[in-house]
Amino acid sequence: MTGVKGARRVPGAGLLNRAPAAGFSFDGRRYSGVAGESLAAALVANGEHVVARSFKYHRPRGIVGIGNEDPAGLVTLARPTGDEPNLRATMVELYDGLAAHGQNAWPSVRFDATAVTGFLSPLFPAGFYYKTFMGPAGAWPFYERVIRRIAGLGEVPVQADSEIYASTHAHADLLVAGGGVAGLQAALVAARAGARVVLADENPWFGLGALADPATIDGRPAWEWAQAAVEELAELDTVTLLSRTTVAGRYEHGFAVLCQKLRDAPPAAGDPTPRFRLWKLRVNRTIVATGALDRPQVFTNNDRPGVMTVAAAVGYLDRYGVLVGSRIAMAVRDDAAHAAAARLARAGAEVTVLDSRDTGSGMASDAGATVEWRSRVVDVAGRSGIRSVRVDGPRGERWLTADALAVRDGWSPTLHLYAQTGGKAVWDDARTMFVPGTAEVGAVTVGACNGTFGLREGLAEATAAAAALCTDLGLAAATGAPAVEGDIGMSVGDGQGVASRGRKHCFVDVQNDVTLADLDLAVREGYRSIEHVKRYTTLGMGTDQGKLGNINGVRAIAEARGEAVSAIGTTRFRPPTVPLPMGVVAAHLSPDQHHPMRRTAVHQMHEDAGCVWLNAGAWLRPQFYRRGTETDLEAVNREVMAVRENVGLVDVSTLGKIEIAGPDVATLLNRVYTNGWSTLKVGMGRYGIMLREDGMVFDDGVTTRIAEQHYVMSTTSGGAGAVYEWLTSLLETRWRDLRVALVPVTEEWFAVAIAGPKARDVLARVAEGFDISNQAFPFMGARTGRVAAIPARVNRISFSGELSYEINVPADRATELWSALLEAGAPEAMAPYGVESMGVLRLEKGHFVIGREAEGRTNPYDIGLGRMVSSKKWFIGKEALEFPEMKNPRRRQIVGVVPVDKRERLPRSAHLVIPERPDEVGGSQGWVASMAWSPVFDHDIALALVEGGHGRIGERLAAYSPMDGKRVAVDLVAPHFYDPDGGRQIG
Amino acid sequence: MLLIDCPCCGERPEDEFGFGGDATVRHPNEAGAGDPPGIEAFADYLYLRDNPKGWHSEFWVHRYGCRRWLVVERHTVTHEVRSVGLAASGGEG
Repeated sequence: MTGVKGARRVPGAGLLNRAPAAGFSFDGRRYSGVAGESLAAALVANGEHVVARSFKYHRPRGIVGIGNEDPAGLVTLARPTGDEPNLRATMVELYDGLAAHGQNAWPSVRFDATAVTGFLSPLFPAGFYYKTFMGPAGAWPFYERVIRRIAGLGEVPVQADSEIYASTHAHADLLVAGGGVAGLQAALVAARAGARVVLADENPWFGLGALADPATIDGRPAWEWAQAAVEELAELDTVTLLSRTTVAGRYEHGFAVLCQKLRDAPPAAGDPTPRFRLWKLRVNRTIVATGALDRPQVFTNNDRPGVMTVAAAVGYLDRYGVLVGSRIAMAVRDDAAHAAAARLARAGAEVTVLDSRDTGSGMASDAGATVEWRSRVVDVAGRSGIRSVRVDGPRGERWLTADALAVRDGWSPTLHLYAQTGGKAVWDDARTMFVPGTAEVGAVTVGACNGTFGLREGLAEATAAAAALCTDLGLAAATGAPAVEGDIGMSVGDGQGVASRGRKHCFVDVQNDVTLADLDLAVREGYRSIEHVKRYTTLGMGTDQGKLGNINGVRAIAEARGEAVSAIGTTRFRPPTVPLPMGVVAAHLSPDQHHPMRRTAVHQMHEDAGCVWLNAGAWLRPQFYRRGTETDLEAVNREVMAVRENVGLVDVSTLGKIEIAGPDVATLLNRVYTNGWSTLKVGMGRYGIMLREDGMVFDDGVTTRIAEQHYVMSTTSGGAGAVYEWLTSLLETRWRDLRVALVPVTEEWFAVAIAGPKARDVLARVAEGFDISNQAFPFMGARTGRVAAIPARVNRISFSGELSYEINVPADRATELWSALLEAGAPEAMAPYGVESMGVLRLEKGHFVIGREAEGRTNPYDIGLGRMVSSKKWFIGKEALEFPEMKNPRRRQIVGVVPVDKRERLPRSAHLVIPERPDEVGGSQGWVASMAWSPVFDHDIALALVEGGHGRIGERLAAYSPMDGKRVAVDLVAPHFYDPDGGRQIG
Repeated sequence: MLLIDCPCCGERPEDEFGFGGDATVRHPNEAGAGDPPGIEAFADYLYLRDNPKGWHSEFWVHRYGCRRWLVVERHTVTHEVRSVGLAASGGEG
């Protein structure tokens, strides 16, 4: 390897010089590093400058930054709990035994055969998929497969993630986002005044910006001041210090989401410490002190491994004691860079500063660095590591030998968190940066992210901001800011263009391979809005979210369009500020906890009876009860025939129940149901269908009148909450004059139906207090009394079409009732049946079901219930029903479907097509909504929605399943297969 | 994540509530008291809503709390909440 051998460790330097050694591997090669240093630092120190490959061209990628801003140094960590792809090497902390490998390269990032795409780059400009790879027709799937294999990032792990994640909620007075000098000062001021403060910084240490700063604060070196501040804050229990914590998003009313990392190493046996913790924080006030990032220069081949920011070059030395090269070139135009050059030179590197200004600080030359003014870098040689850089200076151009190149064109305030709550950044042309514009109530930006770069000014700003927020909170804060000496400040040279020459390999986005040529192309092709250019070129759409590249991109677009940057603006900032692992968003929620299931009051009894469970919406319900070695179909057929010929019982307690009382109940019912309610007598129930305002059926059920002004409404199981909310919205927001009270009681009552010709015989053994003869208790009657000595409401409602009683008792007596009924039904060998069997029974009767035949687009006429639509009164949905389209005879209407050859099984999810034109595109006449094997008829039956169905009874169609390709001839029949006159349920 | 000051329950986060849409929309013929509306007027009632950049009076229901319907005045850009009241009281607290 050329050049990069120049990187080395400087003994005694850095913050970890007493940390133990840690062995690690990268792409199978074993190295030694220091525990706790970033993987990036360890790789650079060991001469591994090629860490990854770029997304499109597979150009070698190295370490550019030192934190979350690093654009392309992405690796996969092999871990026993599941591999983790796309981790930033700059943010992974080394532990003994760490194993990492490169991504998106074959066979390895070092020797990547797919880098041939780089040479084919003219085929892959921005938006290439609209231009190249367009033919021959039908070839795209082939191209797509190949392109998918060679483009991309890490591989999605197939193993389930068994890491430990956690989440927590917290409240505080003040969130300080960013623990640099400004953030520390703000936190100090507020904490000393008594505020509850949360201070978060994404790094392992607070105050890192002070490491390289030669200034003093209150007489002490800036770094020492910062560490003393941390110590003071750590003592207070009103302060929560969160290092390694990114503020991922800020939302309304002081809500923020933070992602805290507790470890990178795999979990130790028995140690419950999570890897990540998600903080859901609600605060009164926020101070955003997120600092500023170096803005790189753009020139030919500026993406070569070894090109990095000045902050990174000096940061690796100051934090980790790693000198990034032995012959370091620096392309800069500010004085602080000379201070950085001095540190690098004193650590033993041969430093050449190429400053495009006419003159500036002497700090670098004083430390022994070579400084060339009016000079800039225009090219870089060395594909896998820098060999030399091309310098354009006062005496012409030449190649300068170097093994690392640190660049800085200026700074970009880190505005993402500020902007997430709607703040608009404004362009500061003099300093070539976006700064916060509009102020936000309850939040303020301070320090470098606010465009305040001097140390003295930043501390003063942070102090004032924190003091003002304390006043808001009713606390008295000290307003004196610390004294600063030796501040370098910030002085950037006059604005220069984004690149002095060249467009093709001048990289603006190093992860997604977006060059100046691509941006020029987008502008030439007419893309005007920055949001469109972003999406067309993929500028800033990588996992780094364009932190280093976006501002240069905006400037390049402005130049290409001949417009001011302020006219272009930035793209919209959205949370999260950095990629979050899916695991931490799910946190500790197992699949069960994520979707809690509700159980009925006799759940265990169903389990003991051998039921097969069904997830029915929010409820666990018995699908059927298997006896011995019965198949599913055998069990269901047995249960259905038991109800048809004998008696069975079924748990129906999931149906919604709402008690409705008051003088105006009948008025309410008349308005929400399509049929009339004024004639319903006490002791009777009536079936009703509820429409939305657009006339479509959305719920149904029986409502019983149990006293003069007391009714009980039944809803579908899934609609219990929605119907209650619908009724309360009507009463509270529209019909406030109605004197009606509602109480939702779904869970208060346990309900069971006993159904079958023998149902009355069984009920006779346990009913008290009411006459159960057919004359005294007719179909749709509602009685109150006792069943098995338990207070009960009993309704003669039938879903199965057989003689049926629905018995309701208080839920705490449920198991008692269930046992008593089974005992009472012993002579008939009465057994429970489940939801599946209930489905067959209702299907044989032709009853529609909400969610299947009534699927949101069917009105009462479509499902054959036109006789239930009253013409005598107003109701919700009445206006809609009156419009001509609602009675269009070609609408999809409910019909029955049976196979022509009764031995044939109907295909699943079938559409109905005309047999002579089976393959006609769009030729579906409708579809099967529900189907089942009927043990009564000994063949499949189905209900379907067919265009103009009511008038097509007798027609022969074909049921065709797109899922399994089966096609079966069928006849359309009337939807009521069994006992169409309903005699069995009335007797 | 809005904070909504429910008159019954106090300040609660947005995910305890369901959104109920524009609170100023009126049925063109509430409870059938007058003449049936034409199809245009009714379609507007069903489907057409203003999308203001500014203050919006809207319904929220405290679904996982007291289950009361509320009228909330919210600024659609800043999400500032100016008032919260019970719908049943006509929008006052």
